Amino acid sequence: MRQLFWVIGAAVLMTGCGSAVKLDSVPVEDKSGVAVSQQAQDGESNAIAKSGVSAVDMGKSSPQVVAPAFPKVVYFEYDSIVIKPEFQTTIEAHARFIKQDKARKVALEGHTDERGGREYNLALGQKRAEAVKNALSLLGVPEAQLEAVSFGKEKPAVSGIDESAMSKNRRTEINYR
Amino acid sequence: MMKKLFLMYVLTCTLSLPVLAQFRVDVSGIGMNQLPIAVAVFRGEESSPQKISSIVQADLVRSGQFKGVEGVLTGLDELSRPDMSVWRQKGADSLVTGSVVRLADGRFDVRFRLWDVIKGQDLGGQSYAVTQADLRLSAHRIADFAYEKLTGEKGVFSTSISYVTKASQRYQLWVADADGENAQSAFASPEPIISPAWSPNGTQLAYVSFESRKPVIYTHDIVSGKRRLLANFKGSNSAPTWAPDGRSLAVTLSRDGGSQLFSLDATGGEPRRLSQSNSIDTEPAYSPDGKQIYFVSDRGGAPQIYKMSASGGSAERVTFGGNYNISPALSPDGRLMAYISRVNGAFKLHVMELSSGVVSAITDTLSDESPSFAPNSKLIVYATQFQGREALMTTTLDGKLKARLAGQNGDIREPAWGPFSK
Repeated sequence: MRQLFWVIGAAVLMTGCGSAVKLDSVPVEDKSGVAVSQQAQDGESNAIAKSGVSAVDMGKSSPQVVAPAFPKVVYFEYDSIVIKPEFQTTIEAHARFIKQDKARKVALEGHTDERGGREYNLALGQKRAEAVKNALSLLGVPEAQLEAVSFGKEKPAVSGIDESAMSKNRRTEINYR
Repeated sequence: MMKKLFLMYVLTCTLSLPVLAQFRVDVSGIGMNQLPIAVAVFRGEESSPQKISSIVQADLVRSGQFKGVEGVLTGLDELSRPDMSVWRQKGADSLVTGSVVRLADGRFDVRFRLWDVIKGQDLGGQSYAVTQADLRLSAHRIADFAYEKLTGEKGVFSTSISYVTKASQRYQLWVADADGENAQSAFASPEPIISPAWSPNGTQLAYVSFESRKPVIYTHDIVSGKRRLLANFKGSNSAPTWAPDGRSLAVTLSRDGGSQLFSLDATGGEPRRLSQSNSIDTEPAYSPDGKQIYFVSDRGGAPQIYKMSASGGSAERVTFGGNYNISPALSPDGRLMAYISRVNGAFKLHVMELSSGVVSAITDTLSDESPSFAPNSKLIVYATQFQGREALMTTTLDGKLKARLAGQNGDIREPAWGPFSK
C-alpha cells in the first residue's frame, strides 16, 4: 500500500508541474521560470509570463435576502420584448412587495435563447430586463430600488435547442439582492 | 507488482494532466501553390528541451502555404554549406539549417540559416540567445523569417490568441501561442466570461465578466496579472474594444437605458456617449486608422452593421444583404471587414471588401461566431461548432484552407488574435 501511495504521489507531482512535461523527459531546474499551463483558482487573476498570481476579492456575501414566494419569471416570445397580459398579476405582486420596504433591492435579469451572437443577445436581454423594470416603475416602484441587467444567452434555464427549451430561456427573472 | 505500480503511475499522470494544454490542429482544404521546404534537424536539438526544427516545420505547414519535405539527420548547422543537389532531389525548394546550444548561464543559443535550394543561395540567418521558456518563441521567429522571405508576407507564428473555455460550469480566459501551445490561464470564474479584446500593444486584455451577477468590464494586465474594473455602471457593461492609440475603449453601456455606445478612458472615469438612438447599438470596432467606429445597430428594424465617426454622430449603413448582420471585425490593413450573417437560419462568417462592398461567404459551418483577424490581415480566427462541439477555426481569406483548433475538453469560444509583439 505504501508503495502505491508513493507512486501516485510521484505521478501527481509530475503532472502538476506543467503541460509540456513528457514522462520520459528530465525535469530541469530552471531559475528563469518555465511557462506553465496554470489552472487559475476561481476569482484569481493571473500573470501570463511569470507565475505571480494576484488574488481578486470576490466581494461580500449578501446578507439574508427576503424574497417573496410568488413566481419571479416573466417569459417572452421569440424576438419580442412585449410583456404578455398573463404576467401582469405577477408584476403587480412584486411591485407591491418591493414598495413595502425601501431597503429592498431588485435586479431584473434579462435572458435570451441560444440563437445568435453573444453581444447582440446581451442587448436583447437588456431590453427584456428594462421592459419589466419599466412595468414596475409605472406601478410606482422607485428607480433606486431596481437595476436592469442582462445575461444574454450565457445562463440558459434549460438546455436544448427545441422550442420548448428555448421558450423557457427567453425570460426576465426578478431577483432580490 | 512493479508492472501494476507502473500502470497506476501512468494512469494517474494521464488523469491529472491539465486540460487544454494544446490544440489539435487539423488542416483541411487545398492550398494554392504549396512551397516545398525542408527543415533539417538542428545540431544539438536531440538534447534540447524543444525540437526547434519540428516547431518551425509545423508552423510553416500549418499556414497551408508550405509542404514539408522530410530529410534524415544530416549533421548540418547554420555554418554548413549544404549539398543542394541532395535537397533538390528530395524535392525541396528551400532549406532551413541550424543549431541549438546550451550556454553556461543556462540560456540557449539558437542559430539558423535559410537556403534557396534551386539557386543555391543563402537567404540569410539569425541567432537568438533565449531562456528555456523562450525556446519555442525562437522557433516561431525562425518560421516567421522563412515565411516572410519566401512569401513576402509577415508571419504570425510568434503571436498569441486569447479565448474562453467552459468546462462543467467553470469558465477560463486563456492566452496561448498561435499554435495552441503554452496556454496560460489569465482568469477563472464560476460565471461566464465573454468578449476578450487585446490592447494594441498586446499587454492587456479587456473582457466582460459576470462574476458579480451582472456584466462588467475589466482590463487585465497580462504581464503583471493585475486587473482593473473599468466599467461597472448601473445596468450592463459589455463589448469592449480598444481605440488604435490604446488610450481609450469603446464600450456598450445600458446606464442611460437601452444599449448605447460610449467612449471610456483606459484609466477609467466618466464615459462619453457616442451613439444616440432609441435602438440597440453595440459591438463597436475601430477602423485601423482610428477615425471611424463600425458597430451593430437595429435602428432600421433588424441588426445591421453601420459606421460613424469615432467621435460619434450620424451613422452610415454598411451591410445590406440579409436581415441579421453582426460582429464586425476590421482587418489591420484596413481593406476588409469580417462579420457574421444569418442566412436561412444559419450564422455564417462573411468577408466584405470595404472599397467595393463585395461580400464572400467563406465557411461550410452553420454556427460561426466572433471573427478576429490575424495581425498580418491574412488569416481569420473564429468560433464555430464542429461535430457537435465548440471549436476554434482559422481560415485563409478565400476560405480554401482551414485549421481547426479543438480544445481537449469542454467548450471553446470567443477567440481574439493578439497583435504583433513590438
